Amino acid sequence: MNATTTVAEPLLDVRGLTVGFPTRSGLLLAAHDVSFSIRTGRTLGLVGESGCGKSVTLRALLGLVPYPGAILSGAVGWLGRDLRTASEKELRDVRGAEISMVFQDPSSSLNPVFSIGDQLGETLRVRLGMRRREARARAVELLERVGIPSARRRLASYPHQLSGGMRQRVMIALAIASRPKLLLADEPTTALDVTIQEQILVLLRDVQAETGMAIVLVSHDLGVIAEACDEVSVMYAGRLLEQGPAGAVLRWAMHPYTRGLVAAVPPLHPAGANGAVPIAGQPPNLLELPPGCPFAPRCPYATEACAAVPMTLEGPTPHHRSACPFVGQEAR
Amino acid sequence: MSVAVEPRAGEELGLRDDGTLGRRARSERRWSALTLWTGVGIMAGIVFMSLAAPLLGFEDPNRQDLAQVLKPPSLDHPFGTDSVGRDIFTRVLYGGRIDLLFGVVTTYVPLVLGVALGAIAGYRGGWLDTVVNRLVDTVIAFPFIVLVLAIVAIFGPGLTGAYIGVFVVGWALYARLTRGEMLVMREREFILAAQTLGYPTWRIVFVHALPNVLRPSIVFSMADIVLNILLLSALSYLGLGVSPPTPEWGALVAEGQSVLLTSWWVATLPGLVIVLVGIGLSLIGDGIADRMGRDFKLTA
Repeated sequence: MNATTTVAEPLLDVRGLTVGFPTRSGLLLAAHDVSFSIRTGRTLGLVGESGCGKSVTLRALLGLVPYPGAILSGAVGWLGRDLRTASEKELRDVRGAEISMVFQDPSSSLNPVFSIGDQLGETLRVRLGMRRREARARAVELLERVGIPSARRRLASYPHQLSGGMRQRVMIALAIASRPKLLLADEPTTALDVTIQEQILVLLRDVQAETGMAIVLVSHDLGVIAEACDEVSVMYAGRLLEQGPAGAVLRWAMHPYTRGLVAAVPPLHPAGANGAVPIAGQPPNLLELPPGCPFAPRCPYATEACAAVPMTLEGPTPHHRSACPFVGQEAR
Repeated sequence: MSVAVEPRAGEELGLRDDGTLGRRARSERRWSALTLWTGVGIMAGIVFMSLAAPLLGFEDPNRQDLAQVLKPPSLDHPFGTDSVGRDIFTRVLYGGRIDLLFGVVTTYVPLVLGVALGAIAGYRGGWLDTVVNRLVDTVIAFPFIVLVLAIVAIFGPGLTGAYIGVFVVGWALYARLTRGEMLVMREREFILAAQTLGYPTWRIVFVHALPNVLRPSIVFSMADIVLNILLLSALSYLGLGVSPPTPEWGALVAEGQSVLLTSWWVATLPGLVIVLVGIGLSLIGDGIADRMGRDFKLTA
């Protein structure tokens, strides 16, 4: 490799991440051989139906897989080290400082018994070693940064006194307090009104432009993905099915599942298109996956050969790749 | 401020709030405040009288006056006198020092211990949780009086045995209450959020989770103080608590038992004071429960 590759070296480089949960009926793989990488200042979208392993993947990055689950194999490359093998102490130093996280439901991700100022101040004092007065000033700055009006007065407010959008802004303020290099956003707009969604996405983009942080945005909303992401990874039943630049994946989807997702988006003009086309069938039971491609039972193009698909991402270009060797790759 | 806006929206539809809603909210709030402050008033009165007894002119609880034996309540002796002419009111006041201190200490030392243990066990789970749980089961299942008798047998009758006996047992209920709440709490998203902010575990358990799980323990502790006072009274009654002539509420009631039919005041009036303490503490407990409910519950 030559010197220019170091410039483009990814910030986060996840390789073959597999997360398993022991269950009574066997080992459940919530994430199976998941690989993706992200560079500074970029936004990666992780898209898929509920229960496909998006959130577990995010939590695995921080070593917070819910008990009794565990990372079974793979590597979480972060600034040249592997977070999977890092000690709890090292992970704590990364959490909230280098990588932080925003959650889906801001009404439950803020502690109800502490005021906004207390929660922001705690992060600043505990994680950044600020003094009380300094932390207070910085908390006001942060609240102003995320667009909360009369920030100084808001410090004394409790989470239940704020609207959903405001709470999510506070969560973002908490997450960016220590200027992380990477923000993990787990469905950050799902619980919000559409108009507020837009504001939150714009806020995230603004903060990103300012600080150059990278964002992993988990969503099941292709509209959000299309608007906010540079790259997209499509996840299904714990597996990655397609990966590539956002525009390419959404416009020239290669995998039948991705095509199904795109077709399932309700068109803005009901008369202008054929309407939303749902994907037939149910999301699979992760304990009873078919051999080969997990999407085969619902796939309109499925053949017997699908049971022997190797599930590796291949593609016409190294950037846009799909796990389906039969459909879509001829298109370009 | 927003309150001023919303009724106007209703008025446009021809609906008018005739003040019912506001009145209802106010009366509910006033009720809970009244509950709390009545309780605080009762307890403050009793505590003050106990501590300030010598300053109020009630000096020696053990002074006998054989010329004034078993006198009914009067201005000189508000609660009457007992069979050796001691002023019962004075004895109740001095007894309060022992009983109230006992009630508070034997409630809150185990509370701190039990809550901490239950919080850690509930949060960590695993073997620690199992060990703590079995320990709680054992302590709760063990007949309490037998245990205290055993401890008193070791330390001899007196307050020491009673204190140790309650310490050994009292934490278990708080541990169980807190552990149960913690099991729910640790699944809450804001605990996960605290983890992603890189806080150390002790901080998450004690700073973030604990204030959210304290309510049942604090409310129960109010009842527990009374229970523990009654327990000391029972032990004294059995001759295992304080030894005579130390004034203690239970002992006072026990002494009056033999003359109950002829001199009702000897046992009844100290008993009423115990009841009054029970009412006062219950009111405080209810008031706190209401208040915490108001501050915490609105989060949904």
